[in-house]
Amino acid sequence: MDTNTSILSIKNIVKHFDISGGVLDQLSFQNGKIVRKKTTVKAVNDVSLEIKKGETLSVVGESGCGKSTLARVVMGLYPPNSGEVLYKGERIDHLTHEKMLPFRKKLQMIFQDPYASLNPRKTVWQTLAEPLRFHNPGINATAVEDKIASVMEDVGVNPAWKGRYPHEFSGGQRQRISIARALILDPDFIVADEPVSALDVSIQAQILNLLMEAGRDRGLTYLFITHDLSVVQHISSRVAVMYLGTLCEVAKADALFATARHPYTRALISAIPRVGEKKAKHIKLKGEVPTPVNLPTGCVFHGRCVYARERCVQEVPKLLSLGDGTFVACHGVEENWEMV
Amino acid sequence: MSHLLEVEDLEVKFALRGGDLTAINGASFTLDPGEKMGIVGESGAGKSVTGFAIINLISKPGFISGGRILFNGEEISSFSDEKMRKIRGNRISMIFQDPMMTLNPVFTIGTQMVETLKAHRNISRHDAEKIVLEKLKKVYIPSPEKRLSQYPHEFSGGMRQRIIIAMSLLTDPALIIADEPTTALDVTIQAEIMDLLQELCDTDEMGLILITHDLGVVSQVTEKMAVMYAGKIIEAGATDQVVTNPAHPYTKGLIKSLPGMIKPGEDLYQIPGMMPNLTDIPPGCAFNPRCPVKEPVCLEKEPKLLSTKQGIMAACHMVGQ
Amino acid sequence: MVSFIILVLFLLLSIGAPIISPYNPYDSANIDIMNSEIPPAWYEEGSTQFLLGTDNMGRDLLSTMFYGLRISVMIGLGAVFLQAMIGIMVGLTAGYVGGKVDAVLMRMADIQFSFPYLMVAIFISAVFQILFGIGSYEKLAVPLLVVIIGLSEWPVYARTIRASVMGEKNKEYVEAARVIGLSRPVIMVRHVLPNTLTSVMVISTIQVANAVMSEAALSFLGLGMPVTMPSLGSLIKSGFEYIFSGIWWITIFPGIFLILFVLVINLLGDWMRDVLNPKLYKG
Repeated sequence: MDTNTSILSIKNIVKHFDISGGVLDQLSFQNGKIVRKKTTVKAVNDVSLEIKKGETLSVVGESGCGKSTLARVVMGLYPPNSGEVLYKGERIDHLTHEKMLPFRKKLQMIFQDPYASLNPRKTVWQTLAEPLRFHNPGINATAVEDKIASVMEDVGVNPAWKGRYPHEFSGGQRQRISIARALILDPDFIVADEPVSALDVSIQAQILNLLMEAGRDRGLTYLFITHDLSVVQHISSRVAVMYLGTLCEVAKADALFATARHPYTRALISAIPRVGEKKAKHIKLKGEVPTPVNLPTGCVFHGRCVYARERCVQEVPKLLSLGDGTFVACHGVEENWEMV
Repeated sequence: MSHLLEVEDLEVKFALRGGDLTAINGASFTLDPGEKMGIVGESGAGKSVTGFAIINLISKPGFISGGRILFNGEEISSFSDEKMRKIRGNRISMIFQDPMMTLNPVFTIGTQMVETLKAHRNISRHDAEKIVLEKLKKVYIPSPEKRLSQYPHEFSGGMRQRIIIAMSLLTDPALIIADEPTTALDVTIQAEIMDLLQELCDTDEMGLILITHDLGVVSQVTEKMAVMYAGKIIEAGATDQVVTNPAHPYTKGLIKSLPGMIKPGEDLYQIPGMMPNLTDIPPGCAFNPRCPVKEPVCLEKEPKLLSTKQGIMAACHMVGQ
Repeated sequence: MVSFIILVLFLLLSIGAPIISPYNPYDSANIDIMNSEIPPAWYEEGSTQFLLGTDNMGRDLLSTMFYGLRISVMIGLGAVFLQAMIGIMVGLTAGYVGGKVDAVLMRMADIQFSFPYLMVAIFISAVFQILFGIGSYEKLAVPLLVVIIGLSEWPVYARTIRASVMGEKNKEYVEAARVIGLSRPVIMVRHVLPNTLTSVMVISTIQVANAVMSEAALSFLGLGMPVTMPSLGSLIKSGFEYIFSGIWWITIFPGIFLILFVLVINLLGDWMRDVLNPKLYKG
């Protein structure tokens, strides 16, 4: 991939969480000896992605696959254990708080739960004015007012309601305010973490339209995190499928939904309940979802894959290019096994 | 008398400080043995309350203020608490969204299931365990004998929901009410659970009421469906019909607004505004402020749920009856 | 609601004690030892001059009680203010920063909590009296009691605040503030703290009641306010010596006064917990 056109590069990101608690909690008794054991959740394991300017890259996967963790590593909310995050060629994952500030204006985030992502004790005006004044010290009062009014207008919230508190708004309106907070700094890259999954169907469409419109008008690049494949199909230019902290497949959206290559992607796509289609003929997976605490050896998917062979248990598959922008990490695809 | 369940003009109110609030305003439907019905709607539309009303489990300050519910021809809505307890969890089972709400974390699966069964049937522990094992096999729990002595937290989300289903099957109910049973689960697991529910209904002649916001799930699982909006059923009929050829402008908009209904990247159809709060439902048709085809009559008269030409029922003045 | 009115009444009494009271119990010119131990007005020996009688030093009991309430309230509020300041700072830091800082701060709170405050009080007042002499004790008794009670009870705040900070800090609005680039202290004070204040309000009422009780207990043991500047507790104590000689009023009236005061504060606390908890209304 051409690094010149990519706005954000994620290189070999690894993020593990230590959940073993204090030193005393780590001690356990084994074979007559006291052993100190650490429990780590291996949320993201060696993930690399290039996000090109102006595109919408969706990361999909089921709960616990590490997609939200990846989003937070990109935003600098979690420091990665190893790997790099680059914004327009500059490394941003190891910066100090002060050095990171100029990048904060350019990278913004939209959260999942509109009830938790707005501070309940702040009015809309306070929520929107805070980032604006923080990043533009000395900005005059009329400029703040104008900016807030125009952003509220853009996201479809009546600017006259700026004095209200979050609890006076419905879920959809709160999500609009949350989007306004992200847009007010005029960012060019937005991470959206499940922005519509907490909303009702008729409101989902409104918010998705708003996001797409803002993307077009402002030339935004989105990293879109979601588990909802029908949303992914609708809004993405490219899709990355994650399973247990690893990338299975990266492809252009239309290609992925037309001819998915990885067995997991296929199962996932076949499981989408679609209106008007009778009786789902979804691909059944075997076994149970392993936990990210004890990752399986080899291909993380082998325990649930009906095509798994010896090599899948032994060796971790690499993400290989199949041309046309499709990348798949599967021994079966690499060796052309028969997988129907 | 052939109906398994008959709900007639069900009305549920909540007694609040500012006066009574109508949560369900005259809902009627029937369900036959082995029939699968979906109730869809947005949050606050009254779909969950309907489910609770059937098993007479509406918590204070809510109460059933009108209508009748007949189960196998008996009017269960007027049953005493004690009589209702014999029906609830026995002849009618309920499955909830979050399995951890139903499972007690401090007891093993085996203990909980055996106790549940013994609460309804006068049988020995040994016999109860046999039935429990049989039901666990039925929901495809691998090596059920081993699983009996495990605690809820040792199971994955999907497995827990299977156990809940097995639990609801213990007493061979005639009707299962499933309230968003797969909303908390991943798509691949959701597909498996839905398969399972469908299979159980088909083999055991069990009735299913599936309460969900997901039109895709309803369309794949159920034979008939009802769409609720602001406490009322506004459209009902055979699922195929409703989904492919809806009559009510709300249902039309809802289906049109789904991603996947149009070409990727294009603007989705959007219904403007949002569902009104139950405290300030507009006069006339509750949908009128959002409706693209409204006429003056919609602001004044509340439409009734009537048969349409397509053979489904819709509550809309603008639909040709 | 009734409790609230009574509480306001109590507070007015304590603030306006110098205006409302018929006599000034601190002014020795007003006090005549000949007037000592006069029973309440409805007794034969009683006098309408002293509505609830006088104490052993000849002070009008009603006035002394009002002044005593004033001192009790002052110590109560002062101590709670001190507790809240320390507790909020410790709790907020421990909860938000977490890790080792959290462990150290909370162990400190545990240690502090495991000392009975009476022991601390005895120790501090003994040290104080040695250092500054008994003479100056009278003047510094109020701030001293504020410090003693304040220092002994701050872990209550620290723990409550910490628990509620831990709940708040994982919410998405805190992440949103970090995405904006706000610094840690700013997020702590401007975003997290306001959302924990509900619990602060509720425990504060209970803590005021506790502090007033603690002060009364200390005074009763002779470690609190001196008799020349009596709080409700020291009034009860001074009367206690005479209770068996039939002079019951010096103890009983301040006692009832104290119980009523603590009761209304606690009722207010309960009421506030209900009002400030939005969950109870959502049902």
